[in-house]
Amino acid sequence: MAEYQNIFTRVQVRAAPEWGTPRAAGSIYERGRDASFNYWLGKLGDAQLGPVHLGYTGLASLVCGFIAIEIIGLNMWASVNWDPVQFIRQLPWLGLEPPPPQYGLSILPPLNEGGWWLMAGFFLTASILLWWVKVYQNARALGLGTHVAWAFASAIFLYLSLGFIRPILMGSWSEAVPFGIFPHLDWTAAFSIRYGNLFYNPFHMLSIVFLYGSTLLFAMHGATILAVGQYGGEREIEQIVDRGTAAERAALFWRWTMGWNASMESIHRWAWWFAVLTTLTGGIGILLTGTVVENWFLWGVKHGIAPVYPESGPAVLDPSLANGAVR
Amino acid sequence: MRLLFKVGLTVTVIFLLFSTVGLFIADWERPPMEQEQLGFRGTGIVQITNPRLKAETAGNVVLPEVVDAADAAGPRARQVYQNVQVLGDLSEGQFLRLMTAITEWVSPEQGCNYCHNPENLAEDVPTKIISRRMFQMTKAVNQNWTNHVGQTGVTCYTCHRGQPVPGEIWFRGSSGQPPMGGLVGYDGGQNKPGENVNLSSLPLDPFSEQLDSPEEVRVVGTTPLPVRQGPSIMKTEYTYALMMHMSQSLGVNCVYCHNSRAFAAWDQSSPTRQVAWHAIRMIRELNQSYINPLTPIFAKDKLGPLGDAPKTNCGTCHRGQAKPLGGAPMLRDYPELNATILTPVAGAGPTAPVEEPRRPVPDTPVGRLAPAAPPADTPPPAQEPGRPPSQTR
Repeated sequence: MAEYQNIFTRVQVRAAPEWGTPRAAGSIYERGRDASFNYWLGKLGDAQLGPVHLGYTGLASLVCGFIAIEIIGLNMWASVNWDPVQFIRQLPWLGLEPPPPQYGLSILPPLNEGGWWLMAGFFLTASILLWWVKVYQNARALGLGTHVAWAFASAIFLYLSLGFIRPILMGSWSEAVPFGIFPHLDWTAAFSIRYGNLFYNPFHMLSIVFLYGSTLLFAMHGATILAVGQYGGEREIEQIVDRGTAAERAALFWRWTMGWNASMESIHRWAWWFAVLTTLTGGIGILLTGTVVENWFLWGVKHGIAPVYPESGPAVLDPSLANGAVR
Repeated sequence: MRLLFKVGLTVTVIFLLFSTVGLFIADWERPPMEQEQLGFRGTGIVQITNPRLKAETAGNVVLPEVVDAADAAGPRARQVYQNVQVLGDLSEGQFLRLMTAITEWVSPEQGCNYCHNPENLAEDVPTKIISRRMFQMTKAVNQNWTNHVGQTGVTCYTCHRGQPVPGEIWFRGSSGQPPMGGLVGYDGGQNKPGENVNLSSLPLDPFSEQLDSPEEVRVVGTTPLPVRQGPSIMKTEYTYALMMHMSQSLGVNCVYCHNSRAFAAWDQSSPTRQVAWHAIRMIRELNQSYINPLTPIFAKDKLGPLGDAPKTNCGTCHRGQAKPLGGAPMLRDYPELNATILTPVAGAGPTAPVEEPRRPVPDTPVGRLAPAAPPADTPPPAQEPGRPPSQTR
């Protein structure tokens, strides 16, 4: 019991490195040869480190990612005149901005006015898509389903919605997100303000539901399985069809709590769909903003989802509508 | 593999160390905070104030002692002294009283000679030309912009606070040429910890376009569905930056004026938003009609990196307080400031016609400034006969 009531993993399996399915000559399993063990990694997960299989797509992805990070990082560094101290101090503020509005969707704006941003975006996107291919290939090579790849694809959809699809729909790269820690946060707030408060966007609402729901499901599931560890509850896959006392106790716990329980199989579908729908609905919400909805608050008023509160002070009028007002 | 892991671990540890150090050197504000509900329950319209910071800001305000009132009767200043162009309607006593006060307000260390040539006090030295125009600006604010300054009004001290150049001013942005001929490192005028914008990475100069030109500040869509191309996100960030400046200058948060669920909606805003709306228009007029024309007169070391005059924004008066000087009605004690003549004066810059003949000033209007006259906290008379309206509106 105590083994499972610890923050850290208490069990470390040590044997010859585990290589997965038998290695056929020339197969993908031949590629990785290095594996070692690390005690501290074993505290967090499997103590075995490696083998790593990168492949051509993985390698190309890393190269593209490196180029993107270089373009972004060097531009940030240049913006503080190559001062290494200021680069570290101001790093959270530094950014790389998309082209200003006057360049529209031009793919050749001046380098220093969004050109670098377009290049960084191209290489970052290439890197992410190549990594997706690698994830898909690895799953296929191991004879797995492609669930991870499609979940990843959902996140990529949100990324592309923000930085590629929506700017094209709006006809301007300037609508896209800048690179940078605070710059992209400021962009997010400005985006919401410009389009009348994203909280009234139903797809934003759904995305938040699935995001918070994901964390709730994750906590419920993780806690349940750890709690039935002493009955072998971590053997979840077998218990899908051969449930045993661990699964029965866990299920009963949740039925006592809320009258119903997910099964050993369905809980994973719940979690997968919640995670996938977070970014999927989020992306849809982004694509609708500015393209078919101009002001989400006013849209919410129109459709009766924005409550009217009693006025708590004197009526306030727009001074610019007063006669002879200075605009 | 082992090496890779060790490198990774080292990088992680260093990162965590830096982050931890950052936690302690960051400018945190400790609880408890004061809360004041300003709107309907449940809407989150709550003003949150750090009482320690508020006390410190209020403690920085030092009100100068009021100079003893002067007799409004007697010969006029322009009869006694030479070259008194805008304060000529004052009595000699009032004139000297105002000179005493302004020295305390603006140049307590430098004394009279900051604006006067001690050999010839009547000489139009540049600082004297500037201060003459500033007297007119003060009068214009108190007379024409009561929808912002109310009956409290402003005096020289509201901005100057004992300094020849007010402590909070702004110049047109100049972030310098990025390296390699501007090929890399273009920051778009933002993405640095901006002191004007509460250390956000928003545009560093939200003022040039919005407080020195009639650029539209509003960016939020006005219809539920799109009807035409609206303002860009970049434009929105400029508005956002200006709002951050206002919030920082007044020591208030967004909901002091807005209902944050619908920033643009006037019917859900506080009356304070109207006051702020007039402030933006007022500052534009002050910068464009009073300060910019003085650019050639300012000493070179008082100009900005792009050669522009030091201009006003919300912080110039407010200094972290929702009401400048904590709302102290200083103007009430100095009716002399309302007797400034608003007609254009010589040498005030290109927009002030130099050749215009001096308008004959009747002696009587000064009478309204006598102690028996209504106190300055009643609305100033709209326009007096023979007194041309401010030509800038």
